[in-house]
Amino acid sequence: MKPFGYVRAASVEEATEAFAAHPGARYLGGGTNLVDLMKLGVERPAVLVDVSRLPLDTVEELPDGSVRVGAAVRNSDLAAHPLVRDRYPALSQALLAGASGQLRNAATTGGNLLQRTRCPYFQDVSKPCNKREPGSGCGARDGVHRDHAVLGHSESCVATHPSDMAVALAALDARVELYGELGARSVPAAAFHRLPGQHPERDTEIRPGELITSVVLPAATAGLPSAYRKARDRASYAFALASVAVVLRVSDGVVAHAGIAFGALAHRPWRAQRAEEALLGGPATAAAFARAVELELAAAEPLRDNGYKVPLARNIAVDVLTRLASAAAT
Amino acid sequence: MGSDIHDGDTGGERPAPPTGHRSGFEEHRPDTTEHRSATTLRVNGKPHTLVVDHRRALLDVLREDLGLTGAKKGCDHGQCGACTVLLDGRRVNSCLQLAVALDGCEVTTVEGLAGDGEELHPLQRAFLDRDAFQCGYCTPGQICSALGALDEAAAGHPSHVTVPATPSGRPVPLDADEIRERLSGNLCRCGAYPRIVEAVEDVVR
Repeated sequence: MKPFGYVRAASVEEATEAFAAHPGARYLGGGTNLVDLMKLGVERPAVLVDVSRLPLDTVEELPDGSVRVGAAVRNSDLAAHPLVRDRYPALSQALLAGASGQLRNAATTGGNLLQRTRCPYFQDVSKPCNKREPGSGCGARDGVHRDHAVLGHSESCVATHPSDMAVALAALDARVELYGELGARSVPAAAFHRLPGQHPERDTEIRPGELITSVVLPAATAGLPSAYRKARDRASYAFALASVAVVLRVSDGVVAHAGIAFGALAHRPWRAQRAEEALLGGPATAAAFARAVELELAAAEPLRDNGYKVPLARNIAVDVLTRLASAAAT
Repeated sequence: MGSDIHDGDTGGERPAPPTGHRSGFEEHRPDTTEHRSATTLRVNGKPHTLVVDHRRALLDVLREDLGLTGAKKGCDHGQCGACTVLLDGRRVNSCLQLAVALDGCEVTTVEGLAGDGEELHPLQRAFLDRDAFQCGYCTPGQICSALGALDEAAAGHPSHVTVPATPSGRPVPLDADEIRERLSGNLCRCGAYPRIVEAVEDVVR
Protein backbone atom coordinates (compact mmCIF):
# COMPACT_ATOMS: atom_id res chain seq x y z
CA MET A 1 0.00 0.00 0.00
CA LYS A 2 1.24 3.47 -0.86
CA PRO A 3 1.82 5.82 2.12
CA PHE A 4 -0.86 8.49 2.50
CA GLY A 5 -1.73 11.52 4.57
CA TYR A 6 -4.71 11.61 6.88
CA VAL A 7 -7.01 14.37 8.02
CA ARG A 8 -10.13 14.07 10.13
CA ALA A 9 -12.76 16.59 9.14
CA ALA A 10 -14.89 18.25 11.81
CA SER A 11 -17.52 19.63 9.44
CA VAL A 12 -18.85 19.06 5.93
CA GLU A 13 -17.27 22.33 4.78
CA GLU A 14 -13.92 21.38 6.28
CA ALA A 15 -14.11 17.98 4.57
CA THR A 16 -14.77 19.40 1.11
CA GLU A 17 -12.08 22.07 1.60
CA ALA A 18 -9.55 19.43 2.65
CA PHE A 19 -10.49 17.32 -0.35
CA ALA A 20 -10.07 20.28 -2.72
CA ALA A 21 -6.73 21.19 -1.15
CA HIS A 22 -5.22 17.73 -1.66
CA PRO A 23 -4.90 16.21 -5.12
CA GLY A 24 -5.47 12.48 -4.92
CA ALA A 25 -7.68 12.74 -1.85
CA ARG A 26 -10.39 10.22 -1.01
CA TYR A 27 -13.12 10.42 1.60
CA LEU A 28 -12.97 7.69 4.24
CA GLY A 29 -16.27 6.43 5.66
CA GLY A 30 -16.47 2.96 7.14
CA GLY A 31 -13.56 1.88 4.95
CA THR A 32 -14.97 -1.58 4.26
CA ASN A 33 -14.50 -1.20 0.50
CA LEU A 34 -11.93 1.60 0.23
CA VAL A 35 -9.39 0.06 2.61
CA ASP A 36 -9.75 -3.28 0.86
CA LEU A 37 -9.17 -1.63 -2.53
CA MET A 38 -6.11 0.14 -1.11
CA LYS A 39 -4.72 -3.22 0.00
CA LEU A 40 -5.32 -4.52 -3.52
CA GLY A 41 -3.58 -1.51 -5.08
CA VAL A 42 -6.73 -0.49 -6.93
CA GLU A 43 -7.10 2.70 -4.89
CA ARG A 44 -3.94 4.68 -4.14
CA PRO A 45 -5.03 7.87 -2.38
CA ALA A 46 -2.48 10.56 -1.47
CA VAL A 47 -4.63 11.70 1.45
CA LEU A 48 -7.62 10.25 3.26
CA VAL A 49 -10.18 12.79 4.45
CA ASP A 50 -11.96 10.98 7.28
CA VAL A 51 -15.67 11.85 7.20
CA SER A 52 -16.82 8.97 9.39
CA ARG A 53 -17.20 11.18 12.48
CA LEU A 54 -19.04 14.06 10.85
CA PRO A 55 -22.34 14.93 12.56
CA LEU A 56 -24.23 13.10 9.80
CA ASP A 57 -25.07 10.10 11.94
CA THR A 58 -28.79 10.50 12.61
CA VAL A 59 -32.05 9.28 11.10
CA GLU A 60 -34.72 11.95 11.49
CA GLU A 61 -38.25 12.57 10.35
CA LEU A 62 -38.70 15.89 8.55
CA PRO A 63 -41.83 18.08 8.88
CA ASP A 64 -43.14 16.94 5.48
CA GLY A 65 -43.11 13.30 6.58
CA SER A 66 -39.97 12.32 4.71
CA VAL A 67 -37.03 10.73 6.54
CA ARG A 68 -33.49 12.04 6.28
CA VAL A 69 -30.67 9.53 6.77
CA GLY A 70 -27.24 11.00 7.49
CA ALA A 71 -24.46 9.74 5.25
CA ALA A 72 -22.45 8.49 8.23
CA VAL A 73 -25.28 6.31 9.60
CA ARG A 74 -24.02 2.74 9.71
CA ASN A 75 -25.82 0.13 7.61
CA SER A 76 -26.76 -1.96 10.67
CA ASP A 77 -28.27 1.01 12.49
CA LEU A 78 -30.23 2.07 9.42
CA ALA A 79 -31.61 -1.44 8.91
CA ALA A 80 -32.73 -1.58 12.56
CA HIS A 81 -34.18 1.91 12.77
CA PRO A 82 -37.94 1.81 13.57
CA LEU A 83 -38.73 4.53 10.99
CA VAL A 84 -37.06 2.43 8.30
CA ARG A 85 -38.41 -0.94 9.40
CA ASP A 86 -41.96 0.34 9.76
CA ARG A 87 -42.21 2.65 6.75
CA TYR A 88 -39.62 1.43 4.24
CA PRO A 89 -39.31 -2.33 4.83
CA ALA A 90 -37.63 -2.91 1.46
CA LEU A 91 -34.72 -0.74 2.58
CA SER A 92 -34.27 -2.58 5.86
CA GLN A 93 -34.49 -5.93 4.06
CA ALA A 94 -32.00 -4.87 1.40
CA LEU A 95 -29.46 -3.73 3.98
CA LEU A 96 -29.83 -6.96 5.94
CA ALA A 97 -29.37 -9.02 2.77
CA GLY A 98 -25.98 -7.38 2.21
CA ALA A 99 -22.54 -8.25 3.59
CA SER A 100 -22.08 -9.55 7.16
CA GLY A 101 -22.93 -8.26 10.62
CA GLN A 102 -19.37 -7.00 11.07
CA LEU A 103 -19.33 -5.16 7.74
CA ARG A 104 -22.79 -3.63 8.26
CA ASN A 105 -21.62 -2.26 11.63
CA ALA A 106 -18.84 -0.36 9.87
CA ALA A 107 -20.23 0.50 6.43
CA THR A 108 -21.92 3.89 6.07
CA THR A 109 -24.91 5.00 4.02
CA GLY A 110 -22.77 7.25 1.83
CA GLY A 111 -20.05 4.67 1.44
CA ASN A 112 -22.53 1.96 0.48
CA LEU A 113 -23.64 4.13 -2.47
CA LEU A 114 -20.04 4.75 -3.50
CA GLN A 115 -18.74 1.19 -3.20
CA ARG A 116 -17.08 -0.12 -6.35
CA THR A 117 -17.93 -3.13 -8.45
CA ARG A 118 -16.71 -6.54 -7.31
CA CYS A 119 -15.78 -7.48 -10.89
CA PRO A 120 -12.63 -9.61 -10.43
CA TYR A 121 -10.89 -7.85 -13.32
CA PHE A 122 -11.45 -4.49 -11.64
CA GLN A 123 -9.98 -5.82 -8.39
CA ASP A 124 -6.90 -7.41 -10.00
CA VAL A 125 -4.37 -4.79 -11.07
CA SER A 126 -2.62 -7.31 -13.34
CA LYS A 127 -5.74 -7.57 -15.56
CA PRO A 128 -7.14 -5.14 -18.12
CA CYS A 129 -10.09 -3.07 -16.91
CA ASN A 130 -11.49 0.10 -18.45
CA LYS A 131 -13.06 1.10 -15.16
CA ARG A 132 -9.80 0.95 -13.23
CA GLU A 133 -7.53 2.01 -16.09
CA PRO A 134 -9.45 3.65 -18.95
CA GLY A 135 -8.36 2.34 -22.33
CA SER A 136 -6.81 -0.88 -21.02
CA GLY A 137 -9.69 -3.04 -22.25
CA CYS A 138 -12.27 -5.25 -20.57
CA GLY A 139 -11.21 -8.68 -19.37
CA ALA A 140 -14.70 -9.70 -18.35
CA ARG A 141 -16.56 -9.31 -21.65
CA ASP A 142 -14.98 -12.46 -23.07
CA GLY A 143 -13.68 -13.78 -19.76
CA VAL A 144 -15.30 -14.89 -16.51
CA HIS A 145 -18.55 -12.94 -16.46
CA ARG A 146 -21.17 -15.14 -14.87
CA ASP A 147 -21.91 -12.39 -12.31
CA HIS A 148 -21.92 -9.53 -14.80
CA ALA A 149 -24.44 -7.24 -16.46
CA VAL A 150 -27.27 -8.23 -18.77
CA LEU A 151 -28.77 -4.75 -19.14
CA GLY A 152 -27.24 -1.43 -20.16
CA HIS A 153 -23.67 -2.65 -20.56
CA SER A 154 -21.26 -1.28 -23.15
CA GLU A 155 -18.32 -2.47 -25.20
CA SER A 156 -16.04 -0.99 -22.57
CA CYS A 157 -17.62 -2.38 -19.40
CA VAL A 158 -19.96 -5.18 -18.29
CA ALA A 159 -19.62 -4.66 -14.52
CA THR A 160 -22.55 -4.54 -12.13
CA HIS A 161 -23.11 -2.32 -9.11
CA PRO A 162 -22.88 -4.49 -5.98
CA SER A 163 -25.11 -2.56 -3.54
CA ASP A 164 -28.35 -4.01 -2.20
CA MET A 165 -29.23 -0.79 -0.38
CA ALA A 166 -29.05 1.31 -3.55
CA VAL A 167 -31.60 -0.95 -5.26
CA ALA A 168 -34.15 -0.32 -2.51
CA LEU A 169 -33.41 3.42 -2.56
CA ALA A 170 -34.05 3.51 -6.31
CA ALA A 171 -37.41 1.73 -5.97
CA LEU A 172 -38.44 3.97 -3.05
CA ASP A 173 -37.84 7.21 -5.00
CA ALA A 174 -35.18 8.29 -2.48
CA ARG A 175 -32.93 11.25 -3.17
CA VAL A 176 -29.19 11.59 -2.57
CA GLU A 177 -28.09 14.92 -1.06
CA LEU A 178 -24.65 16.19 -1.97
CA TYR A 179 -22.42 19.06 -0.91
CA GLY A 180 -19.51 20.42 -2.89
CA GLU A 181 -17.67 23.54 -3.90
CA LEU A 182 -20.74 24.77 -5.77
CA GLY A 183 -23.00 24.22 -2.78
CA ALA A 184 -25.71 21.70 -2.00
CA ARG A 185 -27.79 19.76 -4.50
CA SER A 186 -29.77 16.55 -4.62
CA VAL A 187 -30.11 13.77 -7.20
CA PRO A 188 -32.75 11.02 -7.44
CA ALA A 189 -31.23 7.77 -6.12
CA ALA A 190 -32.37 6.02 -9.32
CA ALA A 191 -30.28 8.49 -11.37
CA PHE A 192 -27.29 8.68 -9.03
CA HIS A 193 -25.43 5.76 -10.60
CA ARG A 194 -24.53 5.76 -14.29
CA LEU A 195 -24.46 3.31 -17.13
CA PRO A 196 -20.88 2.67 -18.27
CA GLY A 197 -20.99 3.91 -21.88
CA GLN A 198 -17.54 5.15 -22.90
CA HIS A 199 -16.67 6.19 -19.34
CA PRO A 200 -16.95 3.22 -17.01
CA GLU A 201 -14.43 4.89 -14.70
CA ARG A 202 -17.31 7.10 -13.57
CA ASP A 203 -19.70 5.07 -11.42
CA THR A 204 -21.99 7.92 -10.40
CA GLU A 205 -23.08 11.46 -11.20
CA ILE A 206 -21.10 12.79 -8.23
CA ARG A 207 -18.75 15.66 -9.09
CA PRO A 208 -15.09 15.64 -8.04
CA GLY A 209 -14.86 16.58 -4.37
CA GLU A 210 -18.58 16.36 -3.71
CA LEU A 211 -19.58 14.62 -0.51
CA ILE A 212 -22.78 12.69 0.09
CA THR A 213 -24.35 14.30 3.15
CA SER A 214 -27.63 12.38 3.40
CA VAL A 215 -30.26 10.26 1.73
CA VAL A 216 -33.89 11.37 1.91
CA LEU A 217 -36.68 8.81 1.90
CA PRO A 218 -39.81 10.49 0.56
CA ALA A 219 -43.15 10.78 2.34
CA ALA A 220 -44.85 9.55 -0.83
CA THR A 221 -43.56 5.98 -0.46
CA ALA A 222 -43.63 5.89 3.37
CA GLY A 223 -45.76 3.03 4.62
CA LEU A 224 -46.43 1.55 1.18
CA PRO A 225 -46.03 -2.23 0.99
CA SER A 226 -42.47 -2.91 -0.12
CA ALA A 227 -40.03 -5.80 -0.14
CA TYR A 228 -36.56 -6.82 -1.29
CA ARG A 229 -35.59 -10.23 -2.59
CA LYS A 230 -32.08 -11.38 -3.40
CA ALA A 231 -30.94 -14.49 -5.25
CA ARG A 232 -27.37 -15.56 -4.53
CA ASP A 233 -25.05 -18.56 -4.52
CA ARG A 234 -25.21 -18.97 -0.73
CA ALA A 235 -28.10 -18.41 1.68
CA SER A 236 -26.15 -15.61 3.36
CA TYR A 237 -23.14 -13.36 2.92
CA ALA A 238 -22.84 -13.31 -0.86
CA PHE A 239 -23.34 -10.70 -3.54
CA ALA A 240 -26.53 -10.87 -5.56
CA LEU A 241 -26.84 -12.78 -8.81
CA ALA A 242 -30.09 -10.93 -9.24
CA SER A 243 -32.18 -8.95 -6.80
CA VAL A 244 -35.32 -6.87 -6.85
CA ALA A 245 -36.90 -4.15 -4.72
CA VAL A 246 -40.62 -3.54 -5.15
CA VAL A 247 -42.89 -0.82 -3.79
CA LEU A 248 -46.51 -1.53 -4.62
CA ARG A 249 -49.85 0.06 -3.83
CA VAL A 250 -52.97 -1.74 -4.95
CA SER A 251 -56.38 -0.11 -4.77
CA ASP A 252 -59.54 -2.12 -5.58
CA GLY A 253 -57.45 -4.71 -7.40
CA VAL A 254 -55.78 -2.06 -9.55
CA VAL A 255 -52.12 -1.05 -9.38
CA ALA A 256 -52.02 2.51 -8.02
CA HIS A 257 -48.26 2.77 -7.51
CA ALA A 258 -45.40 0.57 -8.64
CA GLY A 259 -41.71 1.18 -8.00
CA ILE A 260 -39.52 -1.67 -9.22
CA ALA A 261 -35.73 -1.79 -9.29
CA PHE A 262 -33.39 -4.66 -10.12
CA GLY A 263 -29.95 -5.23 -8.63
CA ALA A 264 -26.95 -7.10 -10.03
CA LEU A 265 -28.23 -6.82 -13.60
CA ALA A 266 -26.55 -3.58 -14.62
CA HIS A 267 -23.93 -0.95 -13.88
CA ARG A 268 -26.52 0.76 -11.72
CA PRO A 269 -29.69 -0.22 -9.90
CA TRP A 270 -32.07 -0.81 -12.80
CA ARG A 271 -35.30 1.05 -12.33
CA ALA A 272 -37.91 -0.90 -14.34
CA GLN A 273 -39.82 2.03 -15.77
CA ARG A 274 -41.35 0.11 -18.65
CA ALA A 275 -42.75 -2.48 -16.28
CA GLU A 276 -44.05 0.19 -13.93
CA GLU A 277 -45.81 2.04 -16.76
CA ALA A 278 -47.33 -1.21 -18.00
CA LEU A 279 -48.68 -1.99 -14.55
CA LEU A 280 -50.08 1.38 -13.52
CA GLY A 281 -53.86 1.43 -13.67
CA GLY A 282 -54.04 -2.24 -14.64
CA PRO A 283 -55.04 -5.36 -12.70
CA ALA A 284 -52.75 -6.53 -9.89
CA THR A 285 -52.61 -10.13 -11.07
CA ALA A 286 -49.75 -12.58 -11.45
CA ALA A 287 -50.32 -12.66 -15.21
CA ALA A 288 -50.10 -8.88 -15.47
CA PHE A 289 -46.98 -8.83 -13.31
CA ALA A 290 -45.31 -11.46 -15.51
CA ARG A 291 -46.15 -9.56 -18.70
CA ALA A 292 -44.82 -6.28 -17.30
CA VAL A 293 -41.58 -7.77 -16.01
CA GLU A 294 -40.99 -9.63 -19.27
CA LEU A 295 -41.52 -6.38 -21.16
CA GLU A 296 -38.79 -4.80 -19.06
CA LEU A 297 -36.37 -7.69 -19.42
CA ALA A 298 -36.89 -7.91 -23.18
CA ALA A 299 -34.11 -5.31 -23.35
CA ALA A 300 -31.64 -7.73 -21.77
CA GLU A 301 -28.51 -8.65 -23.75
CA PRO A 302 -26.89 -11.47 -21.79
CA LEU A 303 -23.23 -12.28 -22.23
CA ARG A 304 -22.00 -15.79 -23.07
CA ASP A 305 -22.36 -17.18 -19.53
CA ASN A 306 -24.94 -15.11 -17.70
CA GLY A 307 -28.18 -15.72 -19.58
CA TYR A 308 -29.55 -17.40 -16.43
CA LYS A 309 -29.94 -13.97 -14.85
CA VAL A 310 -32.89 -13.01 -17.05
CA PRO A 311 -35.33 -15.77 -15.95
CA LEU A 312 -33.96 -15.53 -12.41
CA ALA A 313 -34.72 -11.81 -12.24
CA ARG A 314 -38.10 -12.39 -13.86
CA ASN A 315 -39.07 -15.05 -11.35
CA ILE A 316 -38.07 -13.18 -8.21
CA ALA A 317 -39.75 -9.97 -9.44
CA VAL A 318 -43.04 -11.69 -10.27
CA ASP A 319 -42.91 -13.51 -6.95
CA VAL A 320 -42.37 -10.35 -4.91
CA LEU A 321 -45.03 -8.41 -6.84
CA THR A 322 -47.54 -11.23 -6.37
CA ARG A 323 -46.83 -11.57 -2.66
CA LEU A 324 -47.09 -7.83 -2.05
CA ALA A 325 -50.37 -7.68 -4.00
CA SER A 326 -51.89 -10.56 -2.07
CA ALA A 327 -50.72 -9.11 1.27
CA ALA A 328 -52.31 -5.78 0.32
CA ALA A 329 -55.57 -7.49 -0.61
CA THR A 330 -55.99 -9.23 2.75
CA MET B 1 4.71 -0.16 8.72
CA GLY B 2 5.84 -0.39 12.37
CA SER B 3 4.50 1.62 15.24
CA ASP B 4 6.07 3.29 18.22
CA ILE B 5 4.26 2.16 21.31
CA HIS B 6 3.68 4.46 24.19
CA ASP B 7 1.91 2.46 26.79
CA GLY B 8 -0.68 4.39 28.72
CA ASP B 9 0.59 2.96 31.99
CA THR B 10 4.12 4.22 31.53
CA GLY B 11 3.54 7.87 30.93
CA GLY B 12 0.73 10.33 30.61
CA GLU B 13 2.00 12.68 27.95
CA ARG B 14 1.05 12.23 24.35
CA PRO B 15 4.12 11.80 22.16
CA ALA B 16 5.17 14.54 19.78
CA PRO B 17 4.49 13.89 16.09
CA PRO B 18 7.59 12.49 14.41
CA THR B 19 8.16 15.77 12.55
CA GLY B 20 9.34 17.24 15.82
CA HIS B 21 7.58 20.59 15.54
CA ARG B 22 4.63 20.23 17.81
CA SER B 23 1.71 22.55 18.30
CA GLY B 24 -1.89 22.35 19.41
CA PHE B 25 -2.96 23.26 15.89
CA GLU B 26 -1.15 20.28 14.46
CA GLU B 27 -2.80 17.90 16.84
CA HIS B 28 -6.17 18.75 15.35
CA ARG B 29 -5.15 19.52 11.77
CA PRO B 30 -2.33 17.11 11.02
CA ASP B 31 0.11 17.86 8.27
CA THR B 32 -1.28 15.77 5.46
CA THR B 33 2.13 15.25 3.90
CA GLU B 34 2.94 13.27 7.04
CA HIS B 35 2.33 9.54 6.84
CA ARG B 36 2.27 8.77 10.55
CA SER B 37 0.09 10.06 13.37
CA ALA B 38 -0.49 9.53 17.05
CA THR B 39 -3.57 7.58 17.99
CA THR B 40 -4.87 6.48 21.38
CA LEU B 41 -6.78 3.24 21.74
CA ARG B 42 -8.24 1.73 24.86
CA VAL B 43 -7.74 -2.01 24.42
CA ASN B 44 -9.37 -4.37 26.90
CA GLY B 45 -9.66 -1.48 29.32
CA LYS B 46 -6.04 -0.34 29.03
CA PRO B 47 -5.03 2.86 27.19
CA HIS B 48 -2.29 2.76 24.58
CA THR B 49 -0.96 5.74 22.67
CA LEU B 50 0.93 4.84 19.53
CA VAL B 51 2.40 6.66 16.57
CA VAL B 52 1.11 4.62 13.66
CA ASP B 53 1.84 4.52 9.99
CA HIS B 54 -1.49 5.55 8.44
CA ARG B 55 -1.58 2.25 6.55
CA ARG B 56 -1.61 0.23 9.74
CA ALA B 57 -4.80 -1.75 10.34
CA LEU B 58 -6.16 -2.27 13.83
CA LEU B 59 -5.52 -6.00 13.44
CA ASP B 60 -1.79 -5.41 12.94
CA VAL B 61 -1.63 -2.99 15.86
CA LEU B 62 -3.24 -5.60 18.10
CA ARG B 63 -1.06 -8.48 16.94
CA GLU B 64 2.28 -6.83 16.16
CA ASP B 65 2.40 -3.83 18.47
CA LEU B 66 0.36 -4.92 21.48
CA GLY B 67 1.08 -8.65 21.41
CA LEU B 68 -2.60 -9.55 21.42
CA THR B 69 -2.60 -12.44 18.96
CA GLY B 70 -6.14 -13.67 19.68
CA ALA B 71 -7.59 -11.86 16.69
CA LYS B 72 -6.35 -13.76 13.65
CA LYS B 73 -5.33 -12.70 10.17
CA GLY B 74 -7.23 -14.94 7.78
CA CYS B 75 -8.04 -13.27 4.49
CA ASP B 76 -7.03 -9.68 5.45
CA HIS B 77 -9.90 -8.47 3.22
CA GLY B 78 -12.94 -8.51 5.50
CA GLN B 79 -14.26 -11.76 4.09
CA CYS B 80 -13.49 -14.43 6.72
CA GLY B 81 -14.23 -12.83 10.10
CA ALA B 82 -11.17 -14.32 11.86
CA CYS B 83 -10.07 -10.81 12.88
CA THR B 84 -13.39 -9.86 14.49
CA VAL B 85 -13.12 -7.64 17.57
CA LEU B 86 -15.53 -5.31 19.33
CA LEU B 87 -15.02 -1.63 18.53
CA ASP B 88 -16.91 0.63 20.93
CA GLY B 89 -18.92 -2.50 21.73
CA ARG B 90 -19.77 -3.40 18.12
CA ARG B 91 -18.25 -6.26 16.19
CA VAL B 92 -16.12 -5.27 13.21
CA ASN B 93 -13.43 -6.76 10.97
CA SER B 94 -10.25 -5.33 12.50
CA CYS B 95 -8.31 -5.92 9.25
CA LEU B 96 -10.35 -3.17 7.53
CA GLN B 97 -10.10 -0.59 10.32
CA LEU B 98 -7.26 1.92 9.96
CA ALA B 99 -5.80 2.53 13.42
CA VAL B 100 -5.27 6.24 12.73
CA ALA B 101 -9.03 6.67 12.33
CA LEU B 102 -9.79 5.05 15.70
CA ASP B 103 -8.33 7.69 18.02
CA GLY B 104 -10.21 7.52 21.31
CA CYS B 105 -11.99 4.24 20.56
CA GLU B 106 -12.54 1.30 22.86
CA VAL B 107 -11.43 -2.11 21.56
CA THR B 108 -12.28 -5.47 23.10
CA THR B 109 -10.48 -8.57 21.87
CA VAL B 110 -10.97 -12.19 22.87
CA GLU B 111 -8.25 -11.66 25.48
CA GLY B 112 -10.47 -9.12 27.24
CA LEU B 113 -13.64 -11.20 27.48
CA ALA B 114 -12.86 -13.05 30.69
CA GLY B 115 -12.08 -9.85 32.55
CA ASP B 116 -9.61 -9.98 35.42
CA GLY B 117 -10.93 -13.16 36.97
CA GLU B 118 -10.17 -16.78 36.27
CA GLU B 119 -13.67 -17.45 34.98
CA LEU B 120 -14.04 -17.70 31.23
CA HIS B 121 -16.75 -15.73 29.48
CA PRO B 122 -19.90 -17.88 29.12
CA LEU B 123 -19.35 -18.00 25.35
CA GLN B 124 -15.80 -19.26 25.79
CA ARG B 125 -17.07 -21.87 28.26
CA ALA B 126 -19.80 -22.94 25.83
CA PHE B 127 -17.33 -23.30 22.94
CA LEU B 128 -15.21 -25.58 25.14
CA ASP B 129 -18.17 -27.57 26.43
CA ARG B 130 -19.53 -28.10 22.92
CA ASP B 131 -16.12 -28.71 21.32
CA ALA B 132 -17.12 -26.00 18.87
CA PHE B 133 -13.87 -25.95 16.90
CA GLN B 134 -11.24 -28.14 15.39
CA CYS B 135 -8.10 -26.17 14.53
CA GLY B 136 -9.28 -23.16 16.54
CA TYR B 137 -8.01 -20.51 14.14
CA CYS B 138 -11.42 -18.92 13.58
CA THR B 139 -12.55 -19.34 17.21
CA PRO B 140 -11.60 -15.94 18.68
CA GLY B 141 -13.39 -14.25 15.79
CA GLN B 142 -16.39 -16.55 16.16
CA ILE B 143 -16.64 -15.77 19.88
CA CYS B 144 -16.28 -12.00 19.48
CA SER B 145 -18.77 -12.08 16.63
CA ALA B 146 -21.25 -14.13 18.67
CA LEU B 147 -20.94 -11.68 21.54
CA GLY B 148 -21.64 -8.78 19.20
CA ALA B 149 -24.55 -10.65 17.65
CA LEU B 150 -26.13 -11.33 21.06
CA ASP B 151 -25.94 -7.64 21.92
CA GLU B 152 -27.40 -6.64 18.55
CA ALA B 153 -30.36 -8.99 18.98
CA ALA B 154 -30.91 -7.72 22.52
CA ALA B 155 -30.92 -4.16 21.16
CA GLY B 156 -33.65 -5.12 18.68
CA HIS B 157 -31.55 -5.37 15.54
CA PRO B 158 -33.29 -7.66 13.02
CA SER B 159 -31.47 -9.99 10.64
CA HIS B 160 -32.12 -11.26 7.13
CA VAL B 161 -34.13 -14.18 8.56
CA THR B 162 -36.11 -12.18 11.12
CA VAL B 163 -39.80 -12.24 10.21
CA PRO B 164 -40.48 -8.74 8.85
CA ALA B 165 -43.59 -8.40 11.01
CA THR B 166 -41.46 -8.68 14.18
CA PRO B 167 -42.05 -5.43 16.09
CA SER B 168 -39.17 -2.98 15.84
CA GLY B 169 -37.33 -1.81 18.90
CA ARG B 170 -37.78 -5.03 20.89
CA PRO B 171 -35.23 -7.79 21.48
CA VAL B 172 -35.14 -10.40 18.73
CA PRO B 173 -35.23 -13.99 20.00
CA LEU B 174 -32.36 -16.07 18.61
CA ASP B 175 -33.02 -19.57 17.30
CA ALA B 176 -30.57 -21.68 15.29
CA ASP B 177 -31.56 -20.01 11.99
CA GLU B 178 -30.96 -16.57 13.45
CA ILE B 179 -27.58 -17.61 14.86
CA ARG B 180 -26.49 -19.11 11.53
CA GLU B 181 -27.48 -15.97 9.64
CA ARG B 182 -25.95 -13.57 12.16
CA LEU B 183 -22.66 -15.46 12.22
CA SER B 184 -22.40 -15.87 8.45
CA GLY B 185 -19.52 -13.38 8.40
CA ASN B 186 -17.32 -15.88 10.24
CA LEU B 187 -16.00 -18.73 8.16
CA CYS B 188 -14.79 -22.02 9.65
CA ARG B 189 -12.75 -24.07 7.22
CA CYS B 190 -12.90 -27.08 9.56
CA GLY B 191 -16.69 -26.97 9.28
CA ALA B 192 -17.45 -26.80 12.99
CA TYR B 193 -20.60 -24.81 12.27
CA PRO B 194 -23.15 -27.19 13.88
CA ARG B 195 -21.36 -27.07 17.22
CA ILE B 196 -20.69 -23.35 17.00
CA VAL B 197 -24.45 -22.84 16.63
CA GLU B 198 -25.07 -25.16 19.59
CA ALA B 199 -22.56 -23.30 21.73
CA VAL B 200 -24.20 -19.96 21.01
CA GLU B 201 -27.62 -21.48 21.64
CA ASP B 202 -26.39 -22.60 25.06
CA VAL B 203 -25.59 -19.01 25.97
CA VAL B 204 -28.88 -17.69 24.56
CA ARG B 205 -30.88 -20.06 26.74
